[in-house]
Amino acid sequence: MERRKERIDRGIKVRAGDVFALCSWREMLYLLAPRLIPVLGFLLLPLVLDNYWQKVLLSVAAFALLAISWDILAQSGMVSLGQALFFGLGAYCSGVLTHTFGCPPLLALPAAALLGGLLSTLCLLPVLRLRGVYFSMVTLIIPLMLVRVIEATKIFGGTEGLSGIAPLPSKWVELYLIVGALLAALFGFRRLLDSDYGLVLKAIKDNDRSVINAGINIYWFKAQALFIASSLAALTGAYMTHVYMFVGMPVFALDYSILPIAAAVVGGPGTLAGATVGAVILVPLSEVLRGIGGLRIVFYGLFLVVFIVALPEGIFHYIQRKYHQVERWVEVQ
Amino acid sequence: MAAGALLALKALNKNFGGILAINDLSFELAEGELLGLIGPNGSGKTTAVNLITGFVKPSSGAVVYRDRDITGMPPYAIVRLGISRTFQMVKPFYQLPAYKNMIIPLYSPRVKQMTGGRYGDRDAVALDLLEEVGFERDAQVAYKSAAVLPQGYLKRLELAKAIALKPDVIILDELFSGLSLAEVASIVPIIERLRLEGKSIIMIEHRLKELFRIADRVVVLNFGQKIAEGRAQEVMASDAVKKAYLGVEA
Repeated sequence: MERRKERIDRGIKVRAGDVFALCSWREMLYLLAPRLIPVLGFLLLPLVLDNYWQKVLLSVAAFALLAISWDILAQSGMVSLGQALFFGLGAYCSGVLTHTFGCPPLLALPAAALLGGLLSTLCLLPVLRLRGVYFSMVTLIIPLMLVRVIEATKIFGGTEGLSGIAPLPSKWVELYLIVGALLAALFGFRRLLDSDYGLVLKAIKDNDRSVINAGINIYWFKAQALFIASSLAALTGAYMTHVYMFVGMPVFALDYSILPIAAAVVGGPGTLAGATVGAVILVPLSEVLRGIGGLRIVFYGLFLVVFIVALPEGIFHYIQRKYHQVERWVEVQ
Repeated sequence: MAAGALLALKALNKNFGGILAINDLSFELAEGELLGLIGPNGSGKTTAVNLITGFVKPSSGAVVYRDRDITGMPPYAIVRLGISRTFQMVKPFYQLPAYKNMIIPLYSPRVKQMTGGRYGDRDAVALDLLEEVGFERDAQVAYKSAAVLPQGYLKRLELAKAIALKPDVIILDELFSGLSLAEVASIVPIIERLRLEGKSIIMIEHRLKELFRIADRVVVLNFGQKIAEGRAQEVMASDAVKKAYLGVEA
């Protein structure tokens, strides 16, 4: 006897898909809950957590931003293995602006985001024509190269880095700044990618010749997507500079490239929410595992493998499907 | 070059490694004309289109459009001048509904330029265009995901994407291949209407019978060379064409 899984939209999803959603509180709650849970969660958590877990939350938000940045690029057909490039350039921009030019941190942050984004885009502009793994390879190499450049030329403090960088005004500004940036990026860029502009970006990933054939200069659009994504990652880097009050060669470390990809893949690529879910799971998990010492990385790796084998679509897609649809087995004649 | 030619290929050559894919090819397309481009498999028809539209750069020779040399221009810039094409292999965005597929061409700078800077409501324009090429509005076909559409509709979608760019020259690369007689019969009126609107059309076709009914003139290629040019009946009567198609000494 053969069976097939049938998926049917829940009644409430169909009812809530139109203006009729306004008829009842239940339908409105059905639509609002998936949006309210992350918003309220991120806004209220800093108030209930202790100092240590507040730092973890901060780290979650930072990696979620990096993962969102990765996902924006991936949706535009550019698989980046070098989020550390964007992160590091942002970090150094903010560090130099504050340390050398005495810029106040709250001004240095947006300036470093734009400047870091611009530098990253210029760095990768010559290789925008490369597709697939060739583009990825270049993004992997450039941050490793920049580390050696800083080491060899001793610019920006060389191997010592720049320390004593002005911190953000208070702990609460620090926390709510990154949480606010995360929520704004999550909902803002999701909206952008659902617009006609976002459709063009996704189409470039799908079939770039077809987009060229519409008279659209895909390299110009790719450069824009690159600027958007790298500015976001640069903002995160700049922010971390002020949290650590230090910027040095570790900002180009491989961690900042790999962890965001793991978060996006575990959470479910293609939706920025998936990237956030991934970061919310992976970063605290890594903290919890810290207790078991040396085998931490082994368990972490095992967890990743199990997840990718069991849920290749990603957690977010799975939850989304369960939320909107009922599933049942039906017999096939 | 004769006066009135809209698009002219001048002594085009293209090498792929050691293979001469296009060999000293010259032909012209007059304003409002429907030109058929035929030839056996591998004779260089699609390469000729790729050379016109800039997807492939010629080794030598020139493509002239409205007295302007467009050789070597990037493909998106050539589209903006008003030359649009369909692809032989349809490649829609499968996860999107059919009408959302139209958003990409409707986002084009060409459309903006032709409508005086106003895009309008892209979804509504998309639905109108799809109805023009035979997506019945009542049956809601345009709202269906491209993944579930049959080949006939995918070909129409490809045509609609080319028309959406408001082109002056439309190049149709094997639009009829893989379609049933009935489907071809329903697309022919759409092409006739495009001609009435004054568009110039180049059609690459293997379905010669259907092509000859609507084409003003045909150019026959074999091994990248033009072996005949003229009215359909005259061309098919020529010895070189018979030999290319049937492979016999006439």
